[in-house]
Amino acid sequence: MIVGEVPMPGGALGVDAVAMTMRFGDFVALDNVELKVRPGSFHALLGENGAGKSTLVKCIMGYYHPTEGDVLVGGREQAIANPKNAHALGLGMVYQHFTLVPAMTVAENLVLARDDVPPVVNWAREKLELEAFLANMPFKVPLNARVSDISAGERQKCEILKQLYLKRRFLILDEPTSVLTPGEADEVLGMLRGMVVNDGLTILMITHKFREVMAFADEVTILRRGKLAGHGKVADLTPDSMARMMIGAEELTVQPARVGQVGEPRLELSKLNALDDAGAVAVHDVSLAVRGGEIVGIAGVSGNGQRQLVEVLAGQREAESGEVRVAGEIYHANREEMRRHKMSLLPEEPLKNACVGGMSVADNVAFREFDRAPFASGGWWLNRAAFRDDADRKIAQYKIKTRTPDTPIAALSGGNVQRAVLARELSGDVEVLIAANPCFGLDFAAVAQIHAEIMAARNRGAAVLLVSEDLDELLELSDRLVVMFHGEFVYETRASEANLTEIGRHMAGH
Amino acid sequence: MADGTIGLWTVPLAVFGGAIRVSTPFLFVSLGECITERSGRINLGLEGTLVMGAMSAYGISYLTGSPWLGVLAAGLTGALLGALHAGICSLPRVNDIAVGIALMLFGTGLAFYLGKPLIEPTAPRLPAIDFGWWSDVAQVRAALRINVLFLIGVALAPILYWAFRATRWGLLIRTAGESSDAARAMGYSVLIIRLRATMVGGFLAGIGGSFLSLFYPGSWNEGLSSGQGITAVALVIFARWDPMLCLWASLAFGGAAALGPALQSVGVTSGYHLFNAAPYILTLAIMIITCSPKRTLTGAPAELSITR
Repeated sequence: MIVGEVPMPGGALGVDAVAMTMRFGDFVALDNVELKVRPGSFHALLGENGAGKSTLVKCIMGYYHPTEGDVLVGGREQAIANPKNAHALGLGMVYQHFTLVPAMTVAENLVLARDDVPPVVNWAREKLELEAFLANMPFKVPLNARVSDISAGERQKCEILKQLYLKRRFLILDEPTSVLTPGEADEVLGMLRGMVVNDGLTILMITHKFREVMAFADEVTILRRGKLAGHGKVADLTPDSMARMMIGAEELTVQPARVGQVGEPRLELSKLNALDDAGAVAVHDVSLAVRGGEIVGIAGVSGNGQRQLVEVLAGQREAESGEVRVAGEIYHANREEMRRHKMSLLPEEPLKNACVGGMSVADNVAFREFDRAPFASGGWWLNRAAFRDDADRKIAQYKIKTRTPDTPIAALSGGNVQRAVLARELSGDVEVLIAANPCFGLDFAAVAQIHAEIMAARNRGAAVLLVSEDLDELLELSDRLVVMFHGEFVYETRASEANLTEIGRHMAGH
Repeated sequence: MADGTIGLWTVPLAVFGGAIRVSTPFLFVSLGECITERSGRINLGLEGTLVMGAMSAYGISYLTGSPWLGVLAAGLTGALLGALHAGICSLPRVNDIAVGIALMLFGTGLAFYLGKPLIEPTAPRLPAIDFGWWSDVAQVRAALRINVLFLIGVALAPILYWAFRATRWGLLIRTAGESSDAARAMGYSVLIIRLRATMVGGFLAGIGGSFLSLFYPGSWNEGLSSGQGITAVALVIFARWDPMLCLWASLAFGGAAALGPALQSVGVTSGYHLFNAAPYILTLAIMIITCSPKRTLTGAPAELSITR
């Protein structure tokens, strides 16, 4: 701040971004975008993945320097060169990926975040001060617990408390509820809403959940492909009108209707137990039968054993005890059994779990069949022409956007990597399909296509196990819904009769 | 015991004395490596640092006549090698393990080259404090002649334990080692934190080396270190990155290393070389017991290249 300048006014702080343009080489991430966050308001920033939301807030926070455009804080133009400048102006950000140190206690994390950490920390005094600070806050967190031991909801509260502890008056929240149960999300957002109304806090929240925008935000700004697609008061808008602004004129794949009969049990888990990487029990006595022609959804907050369960089914992790049967036979997840039982897998983070990043799209799409005719002669001599023909066909059928079939798959966008995996896993006959967070981080078009493919596989008679952290996705696709908490199945319901509050309660372990 | 011998008691006493003498380099190297690894980097080059430290301590002690200046020189040489390691590792796409192995070979090679003229002369050694003055038995007095460096090392372990918890630098080192994202989001430079942690680690490893050439065995030659540096790096894993456990582990390894000579002194000569291998057998056994391919190590800093 320039010496002699009038200090920033107290009370609520507004932030405006004027004519923001950000180019990375040839790519235009932001194109002349305006954002006006009024002081003392709760503002939502909506947009698909890649719409430029994160780029915009990173420009405001000083992580990026916009190619053109200005940031006004409290009505005054500010040159924000780095995050420290932004912090000094009272701007704070809660990141989508937690920035707490898991191996440290909550108190250590809070003190550490300060700009003036003393050379020697007097813990007795710091704890007293922290307790005094917490007494005036709407949320409570256990100060002496290690962050790795507290729930995702408590971590998110800690992140927010950290910003308030640092006396930030303008908070940017990046998808703050993505790891929370609906109940926790409402609690956290409700408290923040209260602080906006009563304490003069200003909030800019990045989200893609219309429900939260409708319930908590005053105003909304919508971005599409780096451009301003619309803005206004939430009271004047509906979820449909906002969705139209987000997607534009793009045609979405239409999901087929739910048809067909439920068949015999195809995938059966009985008393399955598995450990996590730290050796703790992650999956505990899980039993479940999935029949042909049905989608069983597994709901739960991230980190309740879903990942380990899918890894066991995928053959990436050994079960400690229990058994998995497919079509009545014991299943060890080896290649021969996968082929015989027509097992398909859409794991989470497909680039990491289902692809070899450095190999071409054509090679990756051929993984299931590459050692058999027509791809290979005699089981060892590979016929490159067959790879190419097959890849060309699947690239067209599944609308995979790639420059050539020989491009390394790691160069594709997330949606196109998932489309390539979809092409590999679902183009043949499927009897059992296991999908884990198949749409995480993808745009509407990819999500619609993946949902349609999963429903089509179900309608063709496949038994589908869908593990997801997105309740809307589960409610849309599942026939039956199971809630997983602390490694156990704690609740089961028919999706058609599901009650969101009831599911949320079980997800939180109540 | 009129003849001043104490029979079979010699063995535990010699192991005790040996534990104190032999453990000192283990202690310094492992505490140094503990600091470096808690910041999220592994420096396997500490074997080279140890030997370079031994050589420079001996040389400076010989040239100046002051063994303590030698210790300081050893520390500074170690810090320099640490800075080299950290500097190379801060370049993009550089693997700290590979750099460490290169520096291990570089450090020992350079020490042998520069140390050639130091094999003949005798340098002033570090003094020891005689804690055995009350006893008439020669073995007791020998076992209780304790070097000041050992005492400094023993004091350093609880100080580090406290510092990791209650000082700004301790918290920053842990943050860099547990979550570089968090450190960056707070506006700290992870590379600078790691540079300093690796330099301090090198400083302590260099001092560990000075103990070898200036106290026990107390001369400079090319066979001075028998892998203490690299064993100490393994010891940090066994000690779960806890400075206090590093102290106990160093003592255990020192005791194991003193077993062979102790048995020999009472006439058990069969299997002498086998007993000399005791620390290495201990290393292997501990690693097999404490490590599992199915789970990650508890207490391991999350940013280490071996745990990520």
